[in-house]
Amino acid sequence: MGEMSDFPLSTRLFLKAYRWRRIDPVPWTLLSKPLAECRLGLISSAGFVGPGDAPFDRSVRGGDPSFRVIPGDIDVSQLREHHRSESFDHQGLAADPNLGFPIDRLRELVNHGRIGSLNVRHLSFMGSITAPGRFQRDVVPEAARLFEGDGVDAVLLVPV
Amino acid sequence: MSLVAAELERRGIATVVINLLRVVAERVRPPRALFVPFQHGYPLGRPNDPRQQHAVIEAALRLLEDEALAPPALVDYDGS
Repeated sequence: MGEMSDFPLSTRLFLKAYRWRRIDPVPWTLLSKPLAECRLGLISSAGFVGPGDAPFDRSVRGGDPSFRVIPGDIDVSQLREHHRSESFDHQGLAADPNLGFPIDRLRELVNHGRIGSLNVRHLSFMGSITAPGRFQRDVVPEAARLFEGDGVDAVLLVPV
Repeated sequence: MSLVAAELERRGIATVVINLLRVVAERVRPPRALFVPFQHGYPLGRPNDPRQQHAVIEAALRLLEDEALAPPALVDYDGS
């Protein structure tokens, strides 16, 4: 597991002092059918951008709250990682985008019948949003509505 | 990620979040989180290791299927 000691002092102090949003009450949804019949969506916060999409804006104070839609048939070798954080090693994601956007693994699970299907699109955020006001008010509901409208049953969220 | 997961759950979509920093998840409280023993930047372990990536994803999927869990379900990954 990642430890606070993995980070430089400035990041550790920030993480300690930051007023994290506490989810309360914690919402809870059980699967309504077997996973083998479910449609799964994937969300990454590694800042991946697909071909032709604008990169995330690293200059936005408080973090770029936008997201990119990644087509379901994406070839992961076409993804580019634009995460602004210098608090983690980016080499793993560069070597293997499936490490943060495991679409090939999920396709294999569909082929094996473990998951029913994958959604026609997936979502990419850039984490490190330290001022989540607009993110929480506008962007999060917009993203959730997309998956709701697509009939997604379950979502795997992969941070970085 | 936890805020997105919570909004999805409010709309009737089950979620599981991979998590790299337990101290943060305990404060924020995503509905379902799988704590993994990896460095930041390596949420599913080693690059180009599909077997390990599958093991982590399978552990996450099992949280989705476990009807005995209660929110917030913050569970340690017991693989390697």
